[in-house]
Amino acid sequence: MKPLTARGRIAVVALAFLVLAGGAVGYTLRASRDRQPTSADSGFTLAQGGLYFRDTATGRIARRPLGAGSVGERRATGGPVCDRFYAAGGRALCLRRRAGVPVSAYAVVLDRRLREIRRINLPGIPNRARVSASGRMLSWTMFASGDSYATSAFSTRTSILDLRTGYLIKNMEDIQLTIDGRRRYAPDVNYWGVTFARDDNRFYATVSTGGRTYLVEGDMRKWSARALRSNVECPSLSPDNTRIAFKKKVSDDPRAPWRLHVLDLSTMRERPLAERHSVDDQAAWLDDRTIAYSRGGDIWTVPADGSGAPRLRVPDATSPTTPG
Amino acid sequence: MYLATTGRRDGDRDATPIPPGAGRRVPGTVLALGAVSLVTDISSEMVTAVLPLYLVLGLGLSPLQFGFLDGLFNGAAALVRLLGGHAADRSGRHKRVAGLGYALSACSRLGLLLAGGAVPGIAAALAADRVGKGIRTAPRDALISLSSPPEALGRSFGVHRAMDTTGALLGPLAAFALLWATADAYDAVFVVSFCTGLLGVVLLVVYVPGRAHTPVSTPRRGKVFSALRDTAFRRILYAASLLGVTTIGDSFVYLLLQRRLDLAVSWFPLLPLGAAAGYLLLAVPAGRIADRVGRGRPFLYGHMALLLVYILLLAPVGAVPLLVLVPGLLGLFYAATDGVLMALAGPLLPAEGRAGGLALLQTAQVLARLVSAAGFGAAWTLWGSTPALWGAASALLVALAGTVRLLRVKSPERQAK
Repeated sequence: MKPLTARGRIAVVALAFLVLAGGAVGYTLRASRDRQPTSADSGFTLAQGGLYFRDTATGRIARRPLGAGSVGERRATGGPVCDRFYAAGGRALCLRRRAGVPVSAYAVVLDRRLREIRRINLPGIPNRARVSASGRMLSWTMFASGDSYATSAFSTRTSILDLRTGYLIKNMEDIQLTIDGRRRYAPDVNYWGVTFARDDNRFYATVSTGGRTYLVEGDMRKWSARALRSNVECPSLSPDNTRIAFKKKVSDDPRAPWRLHVLDLSTMRERPLAERHSVDDQAAWLDDRTIAYSRGGDIWTVPADGSGAPRLRVPDATSPTTPG
Repeated sequence: MYLATTGRRDGDRDATPIPPGAGRRVPGTVLALGAVSLVTDISSEMVTAVLPLYLVLGLGLSPLQFGFLDGLFNGAAALVRLLGGHAADRSGRHKRVAGLGYALSACSRLGLLLAGGAVPGIAAALAADRVGKGIRTAPRDALISLSSPPEALGRSFGVHRAMDTTGALLGPLAAFALLWATADAYDAVFVVSFCTGLLGVVLLVVYVPGRAHTPVSTPRRGKVFSALRDTAFRRILYAASLLGVTTIGDSFVYLLLQRRLDLAVSWFPLLPLGAAAGYLLLAVPAGRIADRVGRGRPFLYGHMALLLVYILLLAPVGAVPLLVLVPGLLGLFYAATDGVLMALAGPLLPAEGRAGGLALLQTAQVLARLVSAAGFGAAWTLWGSTPALWGAASALLVALAGTVRLLRVKSPERQAK
């Protein structure tokens, strides 16, 4: 290679500097812009009540009154920016994707006034979020790889955070799992969709292992989980803790695999709900009779006893929750 | 954490990179390598500064896990140094080997970015960074010593280390400014660090001459351990190892200081900055003095400064003097020992075996300090910090006496001429 002249060297270094500085500055600007307006406006709190949800247009949490009203009724926006949201017992859990090449997200814990009280950095894509009725126990599920339950190759990580002790279980996969009375040590277990009972100790979740999904009943103190039933995904415990709404795989058609069901925990009998379309969501109970879920980018409700018909509640919205 | 900093502080002189008015000029290659190190250190110290935060606060790794990973890689990097030195000597292509190391470290930032939160990915990226650092250090120091007149070696190393430390000071500042501006976007820090690292590689490629300064008369001769046949080099190696075994490492010094003064943890990161500033200011003067009075003496005096640090930590001294003197003396210790050691040993080694010889010396020193850190940590756990520190001080005193004997027999500088 011919040696460069003094001027040539300066030109090479200057060019390299411009390109690299441009890349660095551009990335930094994007990273800082992507995360500017992430917190709630001061007037927007959980105390106002009603149905809270993620407004798809803005990416921010919004709310509207719970009672019957026209579908197009104005929504009050101004909540934090979240990709998945849930609130109960004066605490809100906001999963927020981060910009940038490593796919990662924050789990942000918010108080009743939607001020941040804890933030956890997580790898993967936000998927499910839940807070126990008391506001003490929080859980969320992230897709570590893949981004859908519909494909065979995905991996989830489910975390549980106890706000009273501050203890965080980053990945609950090490819980003692019993299926059909036998301990299962398989490395292929994936958990998702935790829902907590009122005692803040018992919980339900989905575990997938060996190509099947099960409903497990877990115990925080004993750190053990026992499979109750197969083909149950994304359980959601009713406010009176007697029933579980879940999605059941009913078809091998990858476009419409699931149907919402409700399982009675005392009789272990399940019944399909009136929503006939496939729903991929962890449903939320608005009260002991009504279930809300997102389908096709809108929020719908359906009676929990299998009667009636689905009703469109909020268009262009996801993550329904009633903070109570 | 301590060893991560020793790698870059093998220099010994002051801080002003431009002494052209002062008679002899600093060789262009030294300035070019200094600029490469400055830019590279901004890049690497950016990541070093935020990595504990990222791993421990961001990803929830325990500090113990992180410390273990870090120690492991530093130990491994010490051995990679020998390979880097050997490869440079065999091929005569110091620039190419060093460039490979710089490029590997720069690319490891991309690894951090792509690893996301996966611990194995992060570990692999950290390992790549340390391997890069290990590969490049000895060929770079050999290039510095080969492109400088022997009588001004101290100054050359001083200038290089001062520039290097400037980068090390700027890096953390840049990283924290970035985190502040982007509200904790660690990925932005990694991207900026990657770009900065690449710029360092470009500077190296463009401004550091290739083979001009490396006469490769007998390409097959360079064997890393052949340097051991030289008595004077062996004495220096023994002295450096002896003193290394009694050097407890800055992280322990800062920890002791923090406990003693009950410092708020938020002030903790400022302590190394104080030492780096001292190092920066004193590196060139120390190198010049070493050129004038012989390089063995500053090396000894530097370790006496370290002894003073130990004694200060044991003595009933007030908070303010401690906070000024301890980082200042640590800076003096680095200024008077790191580059000076290279300047001391360089002229003793034949040009075609210089990178390997210097690598051997650096590896011995790093491993000795690793032993020392482990030993001090164990002693602290067993007997408490004060007895452990008394032990370290006594050991250092003995090592100093031994070094005086080792280095006095023949003045290495004179022999080199």
